[in-house]
Amino acid sequence: MRPSLHRRQSGRVALAALAAAAAVTLSACGEGSATSTASGPPHSGGTLTFAVGSDAGCMDPQQVSSNDTIYSLRQIVDSLTDQDPATGKIVPWLAQSWDISPDATTFTFHLRPGVTFSDGSPLTAQVVKDNFDAVPKLGALGVLAEGYLSGVQSTTVVDPSTVRVQFSQPNAQFLQATSTFSLGIESSASVKKRPQDKCSQGVIGSGPFVLKQHVVNQSITLAKRTGYNWGSALWRKKGEAYLDQVVFKVVPEAGVRQGSLESGQVDAIGSVGKADEAALKASGVTLLARANPGAVFNLGVNNSRPALQDERVRQALQVAVDRQQIVDTVFPTGTRPATSVLSHTTPDYADQGAALAFDPAKAKALLDSAGWKPGGDGIRQRGGARLSLSLVWFANAATNQPALELVQQQLKAVGVDVVLKQLPIAQLAQTQTSGDFDLLWGNLTRADPDILRSQYSTQLANVYRIPPTGLDALLTQQAATTDAAQRKQVAAQAQQDVVRNAYVIPVVELQTELGVAPKVHDLDFEASSRIQLHDTWLS
Amino acid sequence: MRRYVIRRIAQAVGVLWAAYTISFLVLDFLPGDPVSAMAGAGSDAGPVDPAQLARLRHEYGFDKPVLLQYLDYLGKAVRGDFGDSISTGRPVTATLAEALPQTLALAGAALLLAVVFGGGLAVLATYTNQRWLRQLLLSLPPLGVSVPTFWIGLMLVELFSFRLRLFPAFGGDGLRGLALPAVALAVPTGAIVAQVLAKSLLTALDEAYIETARAKGAGRARIHLRHALRNASLPALTVVGLLAGQMMANSVVIETVFSRDGIGRVTASAVTVQDIPLVQGVVVFGSLVFVVVNLVVDLVYPLLDPRIVVATGRRVGVA
Repeated sequence: MRPSLHRRQSGRVALAALAAAAAVTLSACGEGSATSTASGPPHSGGTLTFAVGSDAGCMDPQQVSSNDTIYSLRQIVDSLTDQDPATGKIVPWLAQSWDISPDATTFTFHLRPGVTFSDGSPLTAQVVKDNFDAVPKLGALGVLAEGYLSGVQSTTVVDPSTVRVQFSQPNAQFLQATSTFSLGIESSASVKKRPQDKCSQGVIGSGPFVLKQHVVNQSITLAKRTGYNWGSALWRKKGEAYLDQVVFKVVPEAGVRQGSLESGQVDAIGSVGKADEAALKASGVTLLARANPGAVFNLGVNNSRPALQDERVRQALQVAVDRQQIVDTVFPTGTRPATSVLSHTTPDYADQGAALAFDPAKAKALLDSAGWKPGGDGIRQRGGARLSLSLVWFANAATNQPALELVQQQLKAVGVDVVLKQLPIAQLAQTQTSGDFDLLWGNLTRADPDILRSQYSTQLANVYRIPPTGLDALLTQQAATTDAAQRKQVAAQAQQDVVRNAYVIPVVELQTELGVAPKVHDLDFEASSRIQLHDTWLS
Repeated sequence: MRRYVIRRIAQAVGVLWAAYTISFLVLDFLPGDPVSAMAGAGSDAGPVDPAQLARLRHEYGFDKPVLLQYLDYLGKAVRGDFGDSISTGRPVTATLAEALPQTLALAGAALLLAVVFGGGLAVLATYTNQRWLRQLLLSLPPLGVSVPTFWIGLMLVELFSFRLRLFPAFGGDGLRGLALPAVALAVPTGAIVAQVLAKSLLTALDEAYIETARAKGAGRARIHLRHALRNASLPALTVVGLLAGQMMANSVVIETVFSRDGIGRVTASAVTVQDIPLVQGVVVFGSLVFVVVNLVVDLVYPLLDPRIVVATGRRVGVA
């Protein structure tokens, strides 16, 4: 059936490496970084086997948003720019420079010369235009990409290596958007296909790896792009990637992924949970973790519900949640409780931790002052109505249920009844549109403060039914500001406003945690906490 | 005989149509819809514009009246066209055709193990004169039936892959890849075969013809294997027909635990995202397997038991 030779061989090599490295780690007790000086200088070659939990079934980075599949698809396309995960700064990649009009409506990119796609066709301004013209047509099939380009008026080829994107409204987020996998540049031939065909046939990119094979629900195989010489400014290695091949194996069972890594059958795994950590560490595996940027896991409040229109009730919920207890009980080591509506790895994050401190006495006092008095069953009442809230959630993360059961207990302690209501994923869009929830559990990954606008502006989807206030002006201003310092300040004000009014109840940051064998080096997180494999090498 | 076969085939077509129709109605009644699921709304992408969802629904024809959608799907299905999977964009028939060999290999190997070991256990348990051995052997099948397949699979992986490192934990590569999942799938199936066969063997051994055989001087082994087993295997054969359905259900679990490609995995992922064309394809395929297996079992019957007269379609003398 499928070729298995390479995997078994690499398995044996991994075993040997594991044994050798275990001896080293016992004495050195290595921590944190996947880089080890003991392994000598980086060298090329080898196959990295990476186990992920699922397969989105679609091979187009412009359409897929699931982490497990993005890990592979990110490697086959390059973006116009890249984003430094440490500073949030945008740096050159396919574009060697760019100009932004002062009103943040016009973006002009100067392309790097000599870039080719894996089908041999060159990167030109026309190709970029073809991409940006096609993306809005993806519509609901490419929610992220389409959103980044919403309000686009035209994309113009200025000359073969210069392309200009014009928006009808100020759109400061667009520069960061060009660094994402969603706006990864595909060949003209690819973007002219039907979206469904791009999914099933895969796309041609200019990235450091090419898609060699996709077996649905089984594996995604990438091969090194020979002659690659146009990497991101952030990468340490120039030219081609170190690895010859990367094989992503789809292994749905968390326990099987963990055991496979410990026994050397794979070199790295995604979605490490709290329960797996101890055993993985004991077997010498390195755990890599980084908080996802963007909106933290929060209880999105339906601000139009009578009980929740009262800000005192919302503020009471905000301080009745013991975030530290939830983190300690449910989430992987190192996960941080929310200290804003944005996680601390988001550019322009501003600490609002003081307003989110656990204070049940204050919660009770706020509810008392709002007229909700303790009733016979311990649940507060007002005018004969019980303070009972429906909390809608989806089974898209294993941590959701235990975390929300804790929230339920914590809120009960201050006299608020929470009814947990699990819905199938296919009902999320419907729930957001209908507003049929009191509280809605969710998060959203994005390494740009504009996430505040897409989440809380009353002029957009406004899932949380926030009443129009001065917040809208702040969010619009943030989108129109190209000055970094000024944008940071406006974004901070907006975060403060959302937290002070408790439009949503931030709870905990989402932390992506990977396990990698000791022989794997320089497997790096990029700015959105997905992975970058160009610099990764095996010892 | 020919009329009997024709009537059975007509029945089979009826079963297929009913399965198709009922599953269509169930999918239609489910809250949520495949377009929302496909829009990736569940994962890590913000709110979806309802207008765009509507456009997509239109493109896939989900905005048409249910009856029209049904007739449209059914008309194509009759011609063997089940459309394209919504989540992957690939033809449903191709998806199933690719998954089928893996599942056939798994189910075939598991069935073989189940019949050999389940049957062997039943024969040994009824043959032995050691009371304790018989009790021990007869207590195994209820255990095999009641332990979750999921757990058996995980234990096998833990022991034979992670600790002893004899077999790979995932992937469907060759015989080594097939061994653990086939054993895991064979346990519940073999347990049922053993239970049914042991019971009917014990019944058969009390029959008058056994006395006759014994009186004629036949040896104990010959009586057990030739006379009793042949008669007792009929109920077990019927059960094997029914087990085809059970094995397909268990393959969902086994293929997930062992990360194998196959009909079970296809089913699980299709149901999760309400991929209507793919689910419909799986349902029709599953019904087809069930109908064919049972038809074959019915046709094999008279070969084992000449008392059965197929022309009337009535089974006689089945214990």
